[in-house]
Amino acid sequence: MVVVSVPLVEFEDVSLSFKGVRALSKVSFSVGDDELFAVIGPNGAGKTSAFNCLNGVYRPQEGDIRWRGDSILGMRPDRVAALGIARTFQNIELFAHMTVLENITLGRHIRTEVGWFAGGLWLGKAKREEMANREKVEDIIDLLEIEAWRVYPVGMLPYGIQKRVELGRALAMEPELLLLDEPVAGMNLEETEDMARFILDIREELGISMILVEHDMGLVMDIADRVMVLDFGEVIATGPPDAIQSDPNVIKAYLGEELDV
Amino acid sequence: MGLFPTTTKKVSIALLGVMALLLPFSALPLFGFLGDAGWMVMINRALIYAIAALGLNLLVGVAGQISLGHAFFMAVGAYTAVVLGGEAGRTVWGLGLPIWIWLPAAGVVAALVGILIAPTAVRVRGLYLAFVTLGLVFIGLFLWRNLGKVAGGPTTGRPWPKLEFALWRGMDPIVSFATDGPLWWWLTPINWLPWVHIEEMSRHAKTYFFVLVFVIVFALIAKNVMRTRVGRSWAAIRDRDIAAEVMGVAEAKGKTQAFAISSFYAGVAGAILASVVGRMIPESWNLFLSIEFVVIILIGGAGTIAGVFMGTFFVVLTPRLVEDATHWLATQVSEDGSFAWLGNLFIRSSPDDFIGIVSLEAAGPGLSIYQLNVVLFGVLIIVFLIVEPLGIYGIWIKVRNYWKGWPFTY
Repeated sequence: MVVVSVPLVEFEDVSLSFKGVRALSKVSFSVGDDELFAVIGPNGAGKTSAFNCLNGVYRPQEGDIRWRGDSILGMRPDRVAALGIARTFQNIELFAHMTVLENITLGRHIRTEVGWFAGGLWLGKAKREEMANREKVEDIIDLLEIEAWRVYPVGMLPYGIQKRVELGRALAMEPELLLLDEPVAGMNLEETEDMARFILDIREELGISMILVEHDMGLVMDIADRVMVLDFGEVIATGPPDAIQSDPNVIKAYLGEELDV
Repeated sequence: MGLFPTTTKKVSIALLGVMALLLPFSALPLFGFLGDAGWMVMINRALIYAIAALGLNLLVGVAGQISLGHAFFMAVGAYTAVVLGGEAGRTVWGLGLPIWIWLPAAGVVAALVGILIAPTAVRVRGLYLAFVTLGLVFIGLFLWRNLGKVAGGPTTGRPWPKLEFALWRGMDPIVSFATDGPLWWWLTPINWLPWVHIEEMSRHAKTYFFVLVFVIVFALIAKNVMRTRVGRSWAAIRDRDIAAEVMGVAEAKGKTQAFAISSFYAGVAGAILASVVGRMIPESWNLFLSIEFVVIILIGGAGTIAGVFMGTFFVVLTPRLVEDATHWLATQVSEDGSFAWLGNLFIRSSPDDFIGIVSLEAAGPGLSIYQLNVVLFGVLIIVFLIVEPLGIYGIWIKVRNYWKGWPFTY
């Protein structure tokens, strides 16, 4: 377990419900710098809801969410993003009519500042910014090996490539924390291995902390530092992968209980 | 992306530029007739429409916010212009200020009104936004009908300030774009090309150059906004608004900017349109005007500058072409030409003539040419929505890609 003084992200007794449905109840966890924290659990356990709370898309009714010790509860999604929290989505949420280049460049939004006036008149500032953007974006395209798809509208691309473009868009934000929502869902073995390699590369080269939601247990147990297991909105275990694998509560949640018949 | 990234684009834009310069001098080979007064009036109108359409394209095509309120913002610009630049009368307000005040003010006031309305508009999307903006047009019409001091009489309107550049009110204009004669006195001796007669330009040709400069500048600004940070954030809001927010785009701010800039374009276009037409009645700023711009965007191809121009020229010039074609068919009939059969099929000459659609007499038995044009408009919208949602621009891309690969299919 990584010991940190002020964690990067802290969930404290976060509860979220939609009318009668309790999506999260008293979820607490913290993620430190340079950590790869995985969240697993059966479908509907509240994994994506936890991401949406952190992003500011949902507002939890109870509890507190802190970023480097400061509460970010109730912040608008774009302000949360500006803190350096990037995200990929379970169902691809790319901008379908924009090209790969434009999609990834959009990720630069929080790291750039040229407004409509300087942009519209193509002042020196705008030109410099676009040039710098392009360099960063080309680095990311290079890292993710999507050179060949650069100028295509993303709506036309195969699924695995779209997933990579989405990762690229998140990386363009130069985030401090990256939320990966099922990055290998629906991928074959080869694509999964590619994606795992990219995630490890990103960790190694860019030193970004990550929270990973994933169903592929092989991947999670291989690359995560710590794992949290959610079931019906409640945390049933948190710990290093080996401990989680042998935790009786986890086994119960995934495989069910033995019943005396 | 560069403005004109390929050599082909650079060459074609240069060619277009030369053609645009030669057009009003009737110096284009084969298309010399475009320099005639009748055609120049149409082309000027198309260019003014293009300014407004460029603005609507930023809002609808790039930011994805459907607006039927463009006519309202054009009216705001036009009335700002007439109050600041028009002559005061017993029944109307007017400050008589020069063009360099009233024209920018027309855009700025329209943009401010856009910002004022944005808080309501950013809360709704799609069809609901269309209804909110539709409401604007009717509120506007009510205002213009009842604010006689601003808009003049409901049936007479009021005269607009001319496109004349003076330093201050009451001074003689330094340059006038609204009277026949030389453009600038110091350009008069220049007669460098045998077919360019700069010393005897018609007022239409002068208006043309005035508007052309605005169109080019506004198109460049639109293109630049589209390829930089703000334009990208608009496109992101259009495609996936929640994802855009999670990526750090402030949605309400983006939409407000789009509304403001689009309204600025509309305001300037409205002021120039009213000034060139000379006199506008309140009813001119009705829903049909708004719809014309939506049609321009739809037919041209949403989200592209080239599409805006194709759409504008198509929508503004087609009625004239239809009119000319009908008259030509009529002469074929009367002179018994080789297309007389077609004319007989098309033109309904008397109530007993059951074949035919259009009648040329004012109170004839068939549709008038104006009505035919309205019907054609409707048919075209339906055809484009079903067959080619990307508009004329989409057709152009298909043709281009076909010839790129020729003789192979891909």
